[in-house]
Amino acid sequence: MWVFWVICIWFGAWGLNIWLTSKRFAAAPILAPLVLGATMLVLWEIVVAGLGLSAVILPAPSAIFLRFGAELDLLWGDFNQTVIKGALRGFAIGVSAALLCALAIDRSRFLTKGLLPIGNFIAAMPIIGIAPIMVNWFGFDWQSKAAVVVIMVFFPILVNTTQGLQASHAIHRDLMKTYGASYWQVLCAMRLPSALPFIFNGLKISATLALIGAIVAEYFGSPTRGMGFRISTGVGRLDMDLVWAEIFVAALVGTGFYGAVTLAERYFTFWHPSQRNR
Amino acid sequence: MINRFLPILVMLAGLLVLWYLAVAPMNLRGGLDYAERQGAAVTPATASARRDANLLILLVQNRQFIGYAYALERPALPTPNQVLGEFWKTTGAMVMRGRAWSKRSLIYHGWLTMKTTLFGFALGGVIGMFGAIAMVYSRVAAMSLMPWAIISQTIPIVALAPMIIVLSGQLGIESREVPKAIISAYLCFFPVLVGMIKGLRAPEDSQLDLLKTYNATGLASFLKLRLPASAPFLFTSLKIGIAAALVGTIVGELPTGAISGLGARLLIGDQFGTPLAIWSALLAAAILAGALVTLIDMLQKIVLNRMGMYR
Repeated sequence: MWVFWVICIWFGAWGLNIWLTSKRFAAAPILAPLVLGATMLVLWEIVVAGLGLSAVILPAPSAIFLRFGAELDLLWGDFNQTVIKGALRGFAIGVSAALLCALAIDRSRFLTKGLLPIGNFIAAMPIIGIAPIMVNWFGFDWQSKAAVVVIMVFFPILVNTTQGLQASHAIHRDLMKTYGASYWQVLCAMRLPSALPFIFNGLKISATLALIGAIVAEYFGSPTRGMGFRISTGVGRLDMDLVWAEIFVAALVGTGFYGAVTLAERYFTFWHPSQRNR
Repeated sequence: MINRFLPILVMLAGLLVLWYLAVAPMNLRGGLDYAERQGAAVTPATASARRDANLLILLVQNRQFIGYAYALERPALPTPNQVLGEFWKTTGAMVMRGRAWSKRSLIYHGWLTMKTTLFGFALGGVIGMFGAIAMVYSRVAAMSLMPWAIISQTIPIVALAPMIIVLSGQLGIESREVPKAIISAYLCFFPVLVGMIKGLRAPEDSQLDLLKTYNATGLASFLKLRLPASAPFLFTSLKIGIAAALVGTIVGELPTGAISGLGARLLIGDQFGTPLAIWSALLAAAILAGALVTLIDMLQKIVLNRMGMYR
């Protein structure tokens, strides 16, 4: 019986989405993914109930949301430890260090030519692996998590900013020269704004990396709170509702963080072609 | 050539010098503890007094013992030659003794990690490519799937990794490779998807119109125009994808309690307090990443050359 419902709902939602997108509603780009997401949740619920899966294997979405509501205090404590203390502080330090570094490098052609390929190479490395070393150096609390995040976000920002600072057109540089602009005037009025799309590209990459770094570092030792700690101990105790609630928080935070960077990008680089045709 | 490589070499040499200089302050306290146990007269005499002392003053007061900081067995920061020594001991030296596939050899663990990475890369690459084709040809797919593809990447996969492992274990998948490959595919499909969509949309309207005047079928215009046009974009994103796949595999090896693979070496090195094992596993991971990206790069050059697209 439930298989019939699964098939019905699936094709019903599919048909609804085809209808939504063919009518060219203004709201279709928002509604279509929402319909898909809601369908997946409903199907998940039905399949779990239909197959009689135990909560140890895969809890139903309703159970996860109930647990989420019941454990708000605990989840808030974990969020505070991992995201606010670890990820955000590390992100802020790493981004500002990379921006300052990029400005310093940019003043010398030799440094740029030497460090850009190295930065590119390191950005492709599995930097996540330094997590145990940072935990060894900075202890179990948020400092080690922030350190991992600093190193993970540093290189994407450095590489993107350095490239962005070189992206200004020669004709614009010439114009600034005819104005007799000083180095700092050129930097603030022309080169930094034209580097912004590149910087935001790096920020978007770093936003997701920051959360990954903060959570992974907790696998190597943490105080008895934090999202990574809760997930790894929750899996050990087969407390799957709580683990999924924690994943739900991670998803919310990740999406929210990325969304915030995207909004800031739209606000600051509204003039860029990629932002105009929306 | 000299113009390109000289700055890089100078920078690398500079970083190496910085590394060597950093070893002394990083390991000083450990080195002094060791010197004290050997019976040397260290100032101040006890470990707890040294813990409170200023590092700089400590460094000046005990300059004759700085050598100890460079020869610790469990250093906070090993010297590059210590790392290389450990790396050689677990790779080259084991090959010479004919034990390359021993459980203690990094070649064995690196091979396992590479196998899973390539498996996950293939899976993620195929998902990314077919997803891109679906999204380019179907408005419904593009509108309803693309936002979720973006959201999927903002969810930290490491949170999901233990769940994927438990789930596949409960579903009766015995192999430890499968969950790791799924995690690495999860990380690597997205760059491929985005690059491939860009590539498939790269042909200009005039080119598509020309094919229309030829009365070409949809399949023909896909095979003869869109697919070849996407090749340069595809290879660029494959390079990002394979690096992401390696990260996924290593992350997947961490919470599994896996006993093999480079990620497991990191975890074991951490649990047993052997920093040299961690550093040499990191070096192996870096070499593997470099090799995989270079492999795709070479493939790109060969394929694009044969297609006459190489610039």
